[in-house]
Amino acid sequence: MKQANPLTITNGQLVTPGGIVSGALRVENGMITALGADVTAQDGDDTRNARGKLIAPGLVDLGVFAIDKPAFHFGGITRAALMPDQSPPLDYPSRVNFIAKSGKPDLWVHPLAAATSGLGGKQLAEIALMKDAGARGVATGRGWIADSGVMLRLLQYAAMLDLVVVAHPEDGNLTGEAAATAGEIASRLGLPSAPAEAETLALARDIALAEMSGARVHFRQVTTARGFDLVREAKSRGVNITCGITPAHFMLSDLATADFRTFTRISPPLRSEADRQAARAAIADGVVDVISSGHDPRGPEGKRLPFADADPGMAGAQTLLAMTMGLVRDEVLDTERAIELLASNPARLLGVDAGALIVGHEADIAVIDPDAPWFVDRTKMEATSDNTPFDRQGVQGRVQALFKGGVQI
Amino acid sequence: MQDLLHEIEQFCLRHGISETRFGELALNDKPFVSQLKSGRDLRGSTAQRLRQFMAEYGESAPATGDASGRFPAGRLAFPHRDLTGIGQLERHEILYLLDQAEQWVELNRQSAKHAGLLGGMTIINAFFENSTRTLLSFEIAGKRLGADVVNMHAAQSSVKKGETLIDTAITLNAMCADAIVIRHGSSGATQLIADKVDCPVLNAGDGQHEHPTQALLDALALRHKLKERGQASEDFTGMTITICGDILHSRVARSNILCLQAMGASVRVCAPPALMPAGIEAVGAQPFHDFDAALAGTDVVMMLRLQSERMSGQFIPSEREYHHLYGLTKARLEYAAPDAIVMHPGPINRGVEIDSEVADMIDRSIITQQVEMGVAIRMACLDILTRSARGVEGWS
Repeated sequence: MKQANPLTITNGQLVTPGGIVSGALRVENGMITALGADVTAQDGDDTRNARGKLIAPGLVDLGVFAIDKPAFHFGGITRAALMPDQSPPLDYPSRVNFIAKSGKPDLWVHPLAAATSGLGGKQLAEIALMKDAGARGVATGRGWIADSGVMLRLLQYAAMLDLVVVAHPEDGNLTGEAAATAGEIASRLGLPSAPAEAETLALARDIALAEMSGARVHFRQVTTARGFDLVREAKSRGVNITCGITPAHFMLSDLATADFRTFTRISPPLRSEADRQAARAAIADGVVDVISSGHDPRGPEGKRLPFADADPGMAGAQTLLAMTMGLVRDEVLDTERAIELLASNPARLLGVDAGALIVGHEADIAVIDPDAPWFVDRTKMEATSDNTPFDRQGVQGRVQALFKGGVQI
Repeated sequence: MQDLLHEIEQFCLRHGISETRFGELALNDKPFVSQLKSGRDLRGSTAQRLRQFMAEYGESAPATGDASGRFPAGRLAFPHRDLTGIGQLERHEILYLLDQAEQWVELNRQSAKHAGLLGGMTIINAFFENSTRTLLSFEIAGKRLGADVVNMHAAQSSVKKGETLIDTAITLNAMCADAIVIRHGSSGATQLIADKVDCPVLNAGDGQHEHPTQALLDALALRHKLKERGQASEDFTGMTITICGDILHSRVARSNILCLQAMGASVRVCAPPALMPAGIEAVGAQPFHDFDAALAGTDVVMMLRLQSERMSGQFIPSEREYHHLYGLTKARLEYAAPDAIVMHPGPINRGVEIDSEVADMIDRSIITQQVEMGVAIRMACLDILTRSARGVEGWS
C-alpha cells in the first residue's frame, strides 16, 4: 500500500530529537518531508488534527518472540526486531528472508539472525548470508552461549560485518532450570531458583569479550543492580555496549510471584525490590538505552501449569507504551528520552532510518495521548494470548492514530 | 445504635452464623445487618426484638464448636475451604486441627475403627508423584471415616506432556468428588488445582513448597510425646527444634518451620551450603552449617531424608561424607539437650542421615508415632474440610 496523497498532521506536540516542538508534520510518498512550527497543510493534502497530542515516531520494538500485528498496532509499534527463537530457528538465510518480508506493508519485521546453528551455542551460523537476506542483527536467543571461545569468535565476526549482537546475559550453568531468583520469596514458595549473580557473571564475561573484539553488543535485558553497575562502568570506559529492559522488571519484583501466578514467570525471573529500584535509577541516569516489550504470547498450554513448569514470557506489546509513560509521570525520565528509548535507540542499533522525526526518514508516526486512561484487561487483549502480568491495572498513555509509511493503519 | 451493631457482630461470631443468616432468623430480613451498617434507621421496638432474640437464641441453640471456648465457634474455627499450606493458617487454626485429631487417635487405637461420618462421600487421591506412606495414610483416613476413596496415580511425565494440569483438575471436578487430595512434583500445583475445582483440596505435598499434613502430624506426635513425659503443654513455647538435612529441596522442612514457629518454638535448620535455601532467615529459621553447633541444647532433632541422587557429587560428594558431617549418631546426640526427642518423616536411610541405634531408641525416637498420628491428622483434616458440604451446624 503506497501513500496516495500527501498527509499533514497538524496541531501536535512533535517529539523530535531536539526536543518537543508545537507544530505540524508533512509526509509525502511515505517519507517525512517537513516538520516544525511553520509547516502547514498544502492544497490537496489529507490533513489530520492531532488536537495538541504528541506526534512521535512509531515505536521500534527490539527483541520480540512473535509477530503479533494487532498487539503491535495497539501499542504503537511499527517495526519489530524478531528474535531467532522460532520454529524452525532463524539460522538460515531463506528463513530470514521470508520473515523480513512477512509483515509488510503495515509492520516491518527486522529479523535477528541466530548466532549459532540451531541456537545450540556450538557452531556459528551463516551470519553474512543472513545479513544479505535481511537480518539486522545477530542474537544468541533466549539463552547465552556457554562456550566463551564461540562467543569471542561470534563477536569478532559480527564486528567485521558491523552487526549488533543481541545477547542474553544469564549464566546458563548457574540458572539451570531455575524459575525464580534466589531469595526469601523463592524459598517460601519452594521454587527452583538461581542467584541474581548469574547475570553479573554473564555480563562480566561478555563485556570483556566485547572490549576485546570491538563488537557492538546489546544486552537485551539487564535486571539487577550489580548488572547496571557493570554496564555503567564499561560504558564509561568506552566499551561499545548498550543495554535494554522490559517493563516487567521496572514495574514488578519477585513479590508478584507470591501467589504462583504463571503470568509473572518470565525470563530472566523477576528480581528483588532493590533490583527493581536499581532498574528505575538506571533508566533515570541513562544507563538503559532501550525499553522493549519482550512480547512473548503464550497460550494456556504453556501457562496453565504449575509455576516452574510453565513457559516463561509475557505478552507485552500492548502495555509497553503505557508502562513507559508511567515512568514519565513518575519523573524517572522525560517524554523525549522515553521516545528515544522506545524508538530512536533501537532503530539506531538495527541501523534503520526510522525511530525519529527527521526529514527524510520513513514516515512511521504515532499520535499519542500520554494521559489517556485505560484498563489492562486480559480478556480484551488484541494480542494472540492474554499472558500479561498487568491484568486489571489502570494505566495511562495510548496511541490514537498510527501511520506506517504515511498510511494510516 | 453502634452498640447494637457491635452486639450483633459479637453474637454472629460467637454462634458462627453469618450476618445475613442473623437477619433472616431474627427478622426474616436477610440484608438487615448490612443495611444497618450503612445507616438504616431503627425503631426502638425493633431493637428490643433483636436483643430479645439474641438472649433467647442462646437457650434454644447452644453454640457449636468445642466446649472449652478456646476456639471460635463453627466455621470460624477453621474458615478455609482448602488446606494448601501451613502458611495460610493462623496459630489457633493449627491448634484446632491438632485438638480435633485427638479423638481420631483414640478411635484408631480401638479394634472397631470405623466412623461413618463421611458415608457416601467420594475422596480422590490424585498423586502425580510416587508415594507410599502418604497415599496409604490418606486412603486409610478416608476409609475409616466411611468415605469412598479412589486413588489416581499419574506418572508425572505423561500428564506434563498431555493435558495441562488445569484440564486434569477440571476432569476430576466433573466427577463430583467431595474432596481431592493432591500430591504433585511442582510447587504451587495444589493451589492451581484448588482455584479450579468446587470441592475442598488437600495438599499432600507440592514440589518443594509445602506438605502441611506432615507438619501437623509431626506437631501432634511431639505433643503426645511431651504429654507422655509429663511436660504437657498446648504448644512448644520455649523449645528449640533443629531440622537437619536437605532443606533446599524439602517441602517437609518448609511446612515444619512455619508450623513449629507458629507454635512458639525457635527453629534451627542445618544443611551444607548447597542444600540451604537463600533467605531462610527471613522465614524465621536460624541457619547452621555445623551440625554439632546446631544440636547444642536443642530439645528436638528432626532429620530429613536425603535423596540418593543428590549424594553423588552434584550437591554432596558422597554418602560417606554426608554421614560424616550430618549423620545423627548416638555420640552426636549427646550435644543436644538431655532426653532430646528424635524425629524423621521417613523413609529412613539408615546409616546415612541417621544411625539405626538412634532411629530405634525407644525413649527418644518417635518415628513410628509420627506415622500413627498421620492417619489421625488426615482424618481430622478430611472431617473439618467436608463439614460445610455435610451441613454440620455452624459450618455451612
